Amino acid sequence: MVRLSDLPEVDVAHLLGKECDAFETSPWVTGPPVAERRIAIVTTAGLHRRGDRSFDIRDTGYRVIPGDVAAEDLVMSHSSVNYDRTGFQQDTNVVFPIDRLREMAAAGEIGSLARFHYSLMGAGWLPHEIEPTAVELAGMLKEDKVNAVLLSPV
Amino acid sequence: MREHTEKLNPPRALWVPFELGRPIGAPDEPAFQRRVVEAALALFAAPEGPVIADFPEDAPGGSSGDMSGWVCPVNLTPPAEDAAPDSALAAVLAEIDQLRPWYQVALEKRGRTTVGLSGLDIDVAAKLLADFIDDPSVASPREDIALPQLLKFASDDIKAWYFEAATAQPGPSGGGVLNDWYWRDTAAGALVRQLAATCRTLDGGMMQLLGHKALVPRTHEHLVRDT
Repeated sequence: MVRLSDLPEVDVAHLLGKECDAFETSPWVTGPPVAERRIAIVTTAGLHRRGDRSFDIRDTGYRVIPGDVAAEDLVMSHSSVNYDRTGFQQDTNVVFPIDRLREMAAAGEIGSLARFHYSLMGAGWLPHEIEPTAVELAGMLKEDKVNAVLLSPV
Repeated sequence: MREHTEKLNPPRALWVPFELGRPIGAPDEPAFQRRVVEAALALFAAPEGPVIADFPEDAPGGSSGDMSGWVCPVNLTPPAEDAAPDSALAAVLAEIDQLRPWYQVALEKRGRTTVGLSGLDIDVAAKLLADFIDDPSVASPREDIALPQLLKFASDDIKAWYFEAATAQPGPSGGGVLNDWYWRDTAAGALVRQLAATCRTLDGGMMQLLGHKALVPRTHEHLVRDT
């Protein structure tokens, strides 16, 4: 997220013009303290391992990022050219804070990290278009006993 | 954008005043990144919701990536507008030669590169763009990637290569100034602008998407000169 006042006018007009309907419901659940939670990252930054299939310009799929992934193995094939990539080029943690979460797990601040994290490409999909992928991901996260997800958009 | 988050109303959201593309704040700032992640995870302890919390700090270097004082490591010759494909390519290859030592410095310092989506060497990627501008019926050099997608990956690879080279020296970094430098002052940016203009003249949804949206950012689209 960003301040609209920090963006060029052309970006402000585009972003405010996006369809952005409210959801009819607002789910709410509570759970154990963060120190006991198992955490996964789900990012819409179009990340994947170098050898994995790149995201197409229009792509509602997801890519699996193993929990033990090395930073140098991650690339970004998001179709949008309208956000900064130079931060990610210098440090993966700017969009995929795996090193920070590993530190927090080692320090006992979070319970554990998921075996798998997931990446999608959030290029203008409306909720109903990406929903089947989200439902599939939710099932896999449950299978991995994940009970906290850090969503990282770009 | 806070405006969108308020409409979507997710159960828990941390609003951060960072540049788009940098949700955790800034590169190589582990202590700052840690505070962002901790603030997000702290929302799990909220007793009731939905809740949108505001992260109280700007990213180091400024909210939109303050790069005042940034200069490219090498002095590049300003690109000629609407150069013929041969001379446009020659200008890009000359830039690549000038920037290559800095790309190498960045590669060694970071131990990684984000270049490689196209699977083409950087000079081959540039040649593909020039060849396509010269003759759009050129064949894709990758049997497994259709030409429009490969043009996109080759363009993104060239830009990533330039940005990695340009940020090799330590110091503040942000997307805005780098984008201005790339799209206004480099022969590579001029070549990709020519590519976008060429795509706009061709039939097909993918070519139109490339020409109008997927190659040149909105902020610099006015620099594309329709042919």
